[in-house]
Amino acid sequence: MVAVGSAILLSGSADDKHISIYSNAASYTLPVVERNGMDYVGLLELLEPLGTVSAKTNGQRWKFRYYEVESEFTAGKTRARVRGKDFDLPANFLLENGRGLVPLSSLSALLPRILGGPVTFHESARRLFIGNVAVHFTAQVSKTEPSKLVMEFTAPVNPTISTEPGKLRMVFTHEPLVEPGSQSLTFDSKIISSASYQENDGAAEIVVNGSVPLLATFGNDGRTITVAPPPTAATQTPPAQPAVKPTTAPQLLASTGAPVARSYVVVIDASHGGDERGAALSDQLAEKDVTLALARRLRLELGARGITALLVRDADNALTLDQRATMANAAHPAIYICLHAASEGNGVRLYAPLVPAAAENRGPFLDWNAAQAAYLTASQTAETSLAAELQNRRVPSRSLIAALRPLNNVTAPAVAVEVAPPAADVSELNSLAYQQLIASSLAAGIAAARDKLETAP
Amino acid sequence: MIPRHLIIGIAVMLAVALGMSFYVLRMRRGERAESAVASSRPVTPPVSGPTEQVTLYVAYDDAGVLRPTPARIPLPAGRQERAEELLRALLGLYLDKPSPHPLGMGSEVRAVYLVDPGLVVLDLNAAFADGHRSGVLVEELTMASLVQTLAANIPGIARVKILVDGKERETLAGHADLSNFYDVSTMNQLVAQMSAGQ
Repeated sequence: MVAVGSAILLSGSADDKHISIYSNAASYTLPVVERNGMDYVGLLELLEPLGTVSAKTNGQRWKFRYYEVESEFTAGKTRARVRGKDFDLPANFLLENGRGLVPLSSLSALLPRILGGPVTFHESARRLFIGNVAVHFTAQVSKTEPSKLVMEFTAPVNPTISTEPGKLRMVFTHEPLVEPGSQSLTFDSKIISSASYQENDGAAEIVVNGSVPLLATFGNDGRTITVAPPPTAATQTPPAQPAVKPTTAPQLLASTGAPVARSYVVVIDASHGGDERGAALSDQLAEKDVTLALARRLRLELGARGITALLVRDADNALTLDQRATMANAAHPAIYICLHAASEGNGVRLYAPLVPAAAENRGPFLDWNAAQAAYLTASQTAETSLAAELQNRRVPSRSLIAALRPLNNVTAPAVAVEVAPPAADVSELNSLAYQQLIASSLAAGIAAARDKLETAP
Repeated sequence: MIPRHLIIGIAVMLAVALGMSFYVLRMRRGERAESAVASSRPVTPPVSGPTEQVTLYVAYDDAGVLRPTPARIPLPAGRQERAEELLRALLGLYLDKPSPHPLGMGSEVRAVYLVDPGLVVLDLNAAFADGHRSGVLVEELTMASLVQTLAANIPGIARVKILVDGKERETLAGHADLSNFYDVSTMNQLVAQMSAGQ
């Protein structure tokens, strides 16, 4: 376990090489070390998550056991014995501080001997598939207007998503995704022209190319990803300058100079997600789960009022604050609602953005940290409307301001909503009735603010 | 045949020995608990000297507000040292039991740097951030309390930047933004808003 722990810790450096292992028992990533110009991996670390393993060093000999299967390797030699038979490694076996290292290129032949089952190794991308675990996908552009790309996966997926002008990039590290028939897919659509698949350093990547900013939404419990332009972006010509924060560029946001005419689209951001659980509301209840459930309910309530709502996340996936703001800005929403949950206090707390005073705008570019500045009045208008509807339904509410990202980075009226339990019982946060009450109040507040927000800059 | 008085004597001695063992065990547990409490407090030696009247902006979780609270604490002469002592007094109050706004054990101010004009860089230890409760309001109360206490007692402070263990950090405990500066003027606005809701 210590070895695996060390290996996982070591995998943190961005410059290190990695190998991803996918199996029915576990999917994990290990660091790859380079020795004498070849890539090596620790055999014990590789197989420990899959079953009972043990290793014993005796001088230059390293005896390894996986369940009942015994193997013996000798430091500095290519000849080994596996299941009582000779096995030749493509390069010398290495023994470093009791850790047995085997060449990466030996895995496709060595592992089936030890495991007694099929193994597929994509050596150039360092992705190892143990057993029949591959996740396949199809990608089709719908004939609807505007076009959207619907990707169906054979198992739930949770990629890291990033956007840049004209591209939406999905990186699959934990999923045994395999390439479709062709690495390059072209579509008969002016908005979404093509997509490409590639594998590298233990991960698979799908890049969707479009002529407008694209937004990905999850559905079918993570088995479907729909890539589409936000409702307003579909009718716009491609922007001359990036409308999103580039991940490596200085923290500047391009301004179009003139107000963008927007339809009444609401972006709902369920805060936290994935490994980032948010507040531990109780032993069983995490903030990320409450916010997602509430976001879905709010979307339904808005839909019932004829208002389009987009979720920043519709699955248990982690997004950075910059990614959230970028996705929200790309949708040009009429209002951005960020949902939080807390165990302390009661009722609902509404927060308008608190923008740092010293913004460094340069020409047409706005300071990323104060991109919200032009929308502060509209944000307060929205906050007031939400508070009024909560009050109408006798939900205790409080209106405040908060230095809470990504509100500062959103170029639309933005309000954060922190939902606390109605009384002392925290589990009520997850109750259908309470969530319904909050969602309907918020939806009514958003609908009531429509006239004012549609005329806002 | 063992004499009756000998049996009674041995029984009494055993009872006394058991009682003593139980008493010693209790004493040891008490010592451990005391030392745990003691270790949660800042280790910096208290400043001696004449005390001064200051105003601490104390966060109250139950009402979700900051309340200006007068206090007398010994303060050194230098502005920087005064700022550190002020915040140590504030944190000490939060680490006491019962606390109006409990902080994680071992929360401490590492250093306060006064950078002219009007900028304070406040370096808190990892225990402060790692042990902080997560939530928008609870984190905001902490930030507002620190900034307001500094601004109320050290003239000329306009902005505050928070570091944790000498490094930048994105949020305090998942919510309050630590990547930007806190403007005293906007925090005044927040404190006024909090009070208005009461």
